[in-house]
Amino acid sequence: MSEALLSIRDVSLSFKGIKALTAISFDVADGEICALIGPNGAGKSSLLNVINGVYRSDRGELTFAGKALRRPRPRLAARLGIGRTFQNNALFKRLTVLDNVLAGLTRKARASLLEHTFRVGRSASESRHFRELAEDTIAFLEIEAYRDWIVGQLPYGLQKRVELARALVSRPRLLLLDEPMAGMNHDEKQEISRFILDVNRDLKTTIVLIEHDIGVVMGLSDHVVVLDYGRKIGDGSPQEVRDNPDVVTAYLGTVH
Amino acid sequence: MTALAAPAPPETVESPEVLRRWRVGPLAIAGLVLAFYALGFVVHDYWFNAILIPFLIMALAGLGLNLLTGYAGQASLGTGAFMSVGAFATYNVLLRLPDLPLPVSLVIGGLFGALAGVIFGLPSLRIKGFYLTASTLAAQFFLPWLFNQYGWFSNYTTSGSISAPKLVFLGADLSTPLGRYLLTLTSVVILTWLAWNLVTSQVGRNWMAIRDMDTAAAVAGIPIAFNKLASFAISSFIIAIAGALWAFAYLGTVDARSFDLDRSFTVLFIIIIGGMGSIAGAFIGSAFVILVPILISNVSANLFAGAIDAGQSENLQKILFGALIVYFLIKEPNGLYALLLRARRRLALWPLKS
Ligand SMILES: Nc1ncnc2c1ncn2[C@@H]1O[C@H](COP(=O)(O)OP(=O)(O)O)[C@@H](O)[C@H]1O
Ligand SMILES: [Mg+2]
Repeated sequence: MSEALLSIRDVSLSFKGIKALTAISFDVADGEICALIGPNGAGKSSLLNVINGVYRSDRGELTFAGKALRRPRPRLAARLGIGRTFQNNALFKRLTVLDNVLAGLTRKARASLLEHTFRVGRSASESRHFRELAEDTIAFLEIEAYRDWIVGQLPYGLQKRVELARALVSRPRLLLLDEPMAGMNHDEKQEISRFILDVNRDLKTTIVLIEHDIGVVMGLSDHVVVLDYGRKIGDGSPQEVRDNPDVVTAYLGTVH
Repeated sequence: MTALAAPAPPETVESPEVLRRWRVGPLAIAGLVLAFYALGFVVHDYWFNAILIPFLIMALAGLGLNLLTGYAGQASLGTGAFMSVGAFATYNVLLRLPDLPLPVSLVIGGLFGALAGVIFGLPSLRIKGFYLTASTLAAQFFLPWLFNQYGWFSNYTTSGSISAPKLVFLGADLSTPLGRYLLTLTSVVILTWLAWNLVTSQVGRNWMAIRDMDTAAAVAGIPIAFNKLASFAISSFIIAIAGALWAFAYLGTVDARSFDLDRSFTVLFIIIIGGMGSIAGAFIGSAFVILVPILISNVSANLFAGAIDAGQSENLQKILFGALIVYFLIKEPNGLYALLLRARRRLALWPLKS
């Protein structure tokens, strides 16, 4: 097993005294697909929000790529190479698909505001380069036909794909996906699973993924972490987790 | 067929953001600009102050506000205040540093406006929506009051309204109606070009991203605080130059009273009617706000020959504007601009489809 890209140590989070996460610790190995599962309200989304600094944990430590994340903030996380999609789509809904994807490249932007204003320096070359990167990612996710659509007008499943494209376009090292297949049928889930595997294999992107469909999780992930009421109740290979009696009673049992 | 292959791309595209991709060619733009320059040499002097100059200056102010509100999503009622900063700052530069070329004085006036914009934009880092609007209102009440209160700003002129210094550039006297028009037009052309560069770049995209969903923008790596303050700075820079032009190229006096809350509302109406988040919208809205009152008073004077007095036609105008604003806010946030684009598309398809 390769070394950890992300390690989470003793992370706790509460909202006005209500505990959302209690002393969570686990490692995400470099290059793996790690699935985060657990019933609704278990704290999965909150944990992703702690990782990229949308929420500030009460306690605990995060280490990313060997460096301690002392004060994780969303923008810092993005700059370090942590990409993210949200459970409820968080797209820029009045922009086109292309503009949404281009916005995902900001962490790579070097041209300054003044260079853009006067169209000098790096402005033109960077715009051209960004456009190529965005077109590549749009083609990779097979949404070329919708490039110029306003995302707010797209059906939900396609919006999820656009959000994936926006997170992916800057080639993050770690990709946090919050229920990327929610509300999809079997075929759609297969397709998204294929994209996720391709990203993981071809781009060597480490992925932490929240997903409810146990079949999909077992097929896709190298590592499964189970949360229940904000506590970690299982952590291991898909097989180990499936055989863990606590997990079966707490979660798997209720699904099947 | 995969299940994800949802609806085919649309035959009719309703949204103006999509329509905007039918870009107007650079030739058409150049033609329009040249036509405006040519216009200056053919029209009667009356036209400059009655229509052309106020149209251009209010469009410029609308452009500035549209960057802030339409693109970056930060509402403001401080437009009049930022115009007054530009007017008073430029006045003092012209007065105290008379050797500086006129364009430099205007730019310095704009920079003071940008500074004021950043200061009154600071609350946007903490608050949104209604409360932010209220804080820009503070600028609107504070700044013109400040310029009125302290004589230094108006060089201790007793009347409170001071005549503008002579406008000269490269030895040419720009105080004539034509000179003031050319000064205004050139300023508008340059600033519109810069604004266009900005909104079509990654910066403009970042502003719209913050407008649509700020958390997601931060997670995508967009610096929120910097971009909010930058939108205040650049918007106020443009608005301040509009204010300086209003004082020097239009009114011929510097008077804090001409930059009151009414002025802020008029500029806001311009972008609501013309179209939020589009550069053309500021011009369309300004043309509307300047032309309709003239049209109404002409119609009421000629058609009803005195049956409608001036007060009534003014009321008529207020009712019309109020109704239009309500209509646009509810039905078409992208304003007349979107209506025009849609009409154009219908025309293009006309023999084939209705
Ligand atoms: N912003 C918030 N404010 C208050 N409570 C929250 C917030 N976000 C999450 N919670 C609470 O934290 C708990 C975990 O929620 P969440 O992380 O969304 O669970 P999951 O993603 O596993 O369904 C829930 O009880 C939820 O109500
Ligand atoms: Mg969740």
